[in-house]
Amino acid sequence: MTQRLVELKEITKSFGNVNALTRVTMHIDKAEIVGLIGDNGAGKSTLIKILSGVHSPDSGEIRVRGKQVEGRWTVEKAHSAGIETVHQDRALAVQHTIQRNIFMGREITGFLGLIRVKKQYEEAERLMREIGFTSKVFTPDSVVATLSGGERQGVAIARALYFEAELLVLDEPTTALSLTETQKVYSFMLAAKDKGSSVLFISHNIFHAYDIADRFVILDRGTVVMSANKSEIESAERLVQYMKDFAHAGHSHEVKP
Amino acid sequence: MNAATTPLPTTPRPRSNNSTALRWFKRNRRAMSALVILIIMLTIFTIINPRVFTNPITYRSIFISLPISLFVVVPMVFIVASGEIDLSFPATAGITSWVFAAAMRDGWDPFAALIPALFLGVIVGVFVGTLVTYVGLSSLVATLGMNFLMRGIINMGTEGVAIQFPQMRETFMWQMFVGRIEDFPWMRGFPVHMIWGILFVLLGWVLFNRHKFGTQVQIVGDNPDSATEMGINVKRVKIRAYVFMGIGAACAGVLSVLINQNWWPTTGDGLLLPTLAAVFVGGTPTWGGIGTVIGSAFGGGIIASIETGIIAAGLTGYVTQFFNGLVIILSLIGHRFNGPRYR
Repeated sequence: MTQRLVELKEITKSFGNVNALTRVTMHIDKAEIVGLIGDNGAGKSTLIKILSGVHSPDSGEIRVRGKQVEGRWTVEKAHSAGIETVHQDRALAVQHTIQRNIFMGREITGFLGLIRVKKQYEEAERLMREIGFTSKVFTPDSVVATLSGGERQGVAIARALYFEAELLVLDEPTTALSLTETQKVYSFMLAAKDKGSSVLFISHNIFHAYDIADRFVILDRGTVVMSANKSEIESAERLVQYMKDFAHAGHSHEVKP
Repeated sequence: MNAATTPLPTTPRPRSNNSTALRWFKRNRRAMSALVILIIMLTIFTIINPRVFTNPITYRSIFISLPISLFVVVPMVFIVASGEIDLSFPATAGITSWVFAAAMRDGWDPFAALIPALFLGVIVGVFVGTLVTYVGLSSLVATLGMNFLMRGIINMGTEGVAIQFPQMRETFMWQMFVGRIEDFPWMRGFPVHMIWGILFVLLGWVLFNRHKFGTQVQIVGDNPDSATEMGINVKRVKIRAYVFMGIGAACAGVLSVLINQNWWPTTGDGLLLPTLAAVFVGGTPTWGGIGTVIGSAFGGGIIASIETGIIAAGLTGYVTQFFNGLVIILSLIGHRFNGPRYR
């Protein structure tokens, strides 16, 4: 039996009068790639912010490897549970160096909280080589503002990889990327899966998502309306058709694949 | 920035881009340009009046007032880098040094009197920081209000009466913090508090550039959303910056009491504008996210030298403000064209 890595149960989150998520239940297994899809405003980003610990749910429970999370769910807890997130905005401080961005919030410190700059530099350099920053133009001390969109995305992914995510969460990782850069991001995701990690990603491009994901979760107006394995869906076109159906259907009409 | 790290092209250039020294200069360009401004200014003053500006006594007089401002300039770099501002530190310096002065008047040992003063600085920092973060007030307005509020408390509490310490020079604390160096011939007469000021700047540099605290202050100021997403508690980091400011203001206030051997209800009042000018003239930009402790210390030196320079140059005190303004504008123009602005 496959092992549940992270489970969300009856998660509800609202911002003022807006119900972003209503009783969302979903799970991510070990070593699987889950595509989270849905229209704008469906609650995808809110769900990811909850998974990553940025938001704490109003109600519902989060389970990591079968164990319920106690107390307030935070970014630190998500990090220590092995959940690394590449946010839609890349979560970078652009006036700062690649090195600082990779270790943002988790600086390698030694005596009296002093940062071990040399160690961070070496780790960042190794990481940049690993993810294919082959160009020698950039060093770990390059300022992020001088990088292109794809390279910035690379920094954000490098950060997630450095901390050895068991669940890699990617919020629109390929938006604004070139075709080769997109391919690169997908190969990272597949490599993560090969190493036994899981991936949850949002994509607006259903055709891309179809190619790479093992399972799809469709969100619509804050609820999960479909969760299906790739084998249950014939083609990407079918997936698009489901999405259209949900857009026209009300909440009560759940469409089964 | 790119140029510093670009590999050498096939055709050799007259200047190596990979030179460590050049890279070092580029990375510290803001501090370096502040130093250049200071040097240019002192050179001009020296040309106008060589006799005064080659005499060490002139610098000694600058070094008497400079350390007080260094103790508030350094934390102000943290505040500005965190994306906020603090206009309340003059009153913080006033109210903390009042506690110090009152405790000493009541017979406390000076070092014992220092403890409640520093403690009050921490409390004020937490309070102001909480107003700005958890209550969500604009730091510009909230700290302006706090400045009036605390100065008002001083005025109500003292009704304008100063506290004098004629025996201050006999205390060990005075010797330690504000005496003159007597034992080393080549440094004779050098004010001891300038050494403390320099040590504080070095501490500030380490905290800002090599410590988790300073790094997170800069990241929070650069992009609070990114910081939150990566698990940095933005509010807590900002409050810590205000606490550092409170401690710095307390040190500045106490130092000023020691130097003047007197506490006035207006203690700290004159610090506001020169401190802000020093921070920005020194190369810390207004938009937050980055800053330079060393540069802003040079900025403090620039501001402190202007008045001395003008008097020494034989001009009247009436032109001081004009020159202050001129130096600020010219320095900002200098910083603007020295290095990229990413936001």
